[in-house]
Amino acid sequence: MLGLILLIAVLVLASFFGLWRKKTDGTMKPVSSKAVAAPIPVADDAPEVDVHTASIAEHGGEKLTAEILGSALGTHATLVQFSTAFCQPCRATRRILDEVATMVPGTVHLEIDAEAHLDLVRQLDVRRTPTVLVLDAQGVITKRAVGMPRKADVIAALGEVL
Amino acid sequence: MSTPGLCDPQVEVDVRGPRFAAAITVVVLAASLLTIGTAVATTLLIIQTIVFGLGAFVGLKAQPYGIIFRTLVQPRLSPATEFEAIAPPRFAALVGFIFTVVALIGVITSVDAITYIAVVGALAAAFLNAAFGFCLGCEMFLLGKRVFSRPARV
Repeated sequence: MLGLILLIAVLVLASFFGLWRKKTDGTMKPVSSKAVAAPIPVADDAPEVDVHTASIAEHGGEKLTAEILGSALGTHATLVQFSTAFCQPCRATRRILDEVATMVPGTVHLEIDAEAHLDLVRQLDVRRTPTVLVLDAQGVITKRAVGMPRKADVIAALGEVL
Repeated sequence: MSTPGLCDPQVEVDVRGPRFAAAITVVVLAASLLTIGTAVATTLLIIQTIVFGLGAFVGLKAQPYGIIFRTLVQPRLSPATEFEAIAPPRFAALVGFIFTVVALIGVITSVDAITYIAVVGALAAAFLNAAFGFCLGCEMFLLGKRVFSRPARV
């Protein structure tokens, strides 16, 4: 009896999780400095906002450079993809980003082996692969997608940057 | 497309193979969950442990459910259109192996709670893989790496 209850519970919960994940996976979320400061607009004499953004900048969370990434940035935008060897959707993600980078002039697609860059992974709080960052011409992170992004969303994110 | 890819495999498999294997795994684990405490569950768990072990340590070619897929199912399907790297399903098999070994430890020590928890965990992972093509072990990989890694690389 316990086995049956557990079986039903597992299948139902896993189904909800799977559907939720399918729906939310790969959505492009804004990561502008405004978005970082946004959660704490409460205080009028807001010194906290400064502290918060400062600490993010200190960790390199806002701007990525060619030195950090080990490769030149695109003149207009850069698509940074974190991958691992044990990552199913990384290949398809690479295909999408390569296509977009070829299609949109001045855009470069960089793939980073998360395992070999754990410091960067920790700094940027990358939790799973693929994680895709959209950088503007200066290397500032503007969008972030966890999971495989849709091609149209990538193009839309670039459209806001260019 | 010329960038040397990190996920690029030397060998690729039809994506439907690991999904099919995961579906059989779901059935086997569900049956063992329903019969925990009996010889049936123990037998099923031993079989599943061997299957996971073969997939993880020998390779997908040796994985019995994969062999069933290639000999009986694949010839009846349309040619494969999607391929995937071998590393993720092998890693998933390793994670599954660990779960079923823990389940068997529960059987040996007669602590049913351990067996229930381990089988439920493995079942959830196999179901997500079969139904959604979602690899739970792979998703946990980077987090695990972040938490446990010392400078040494695997």
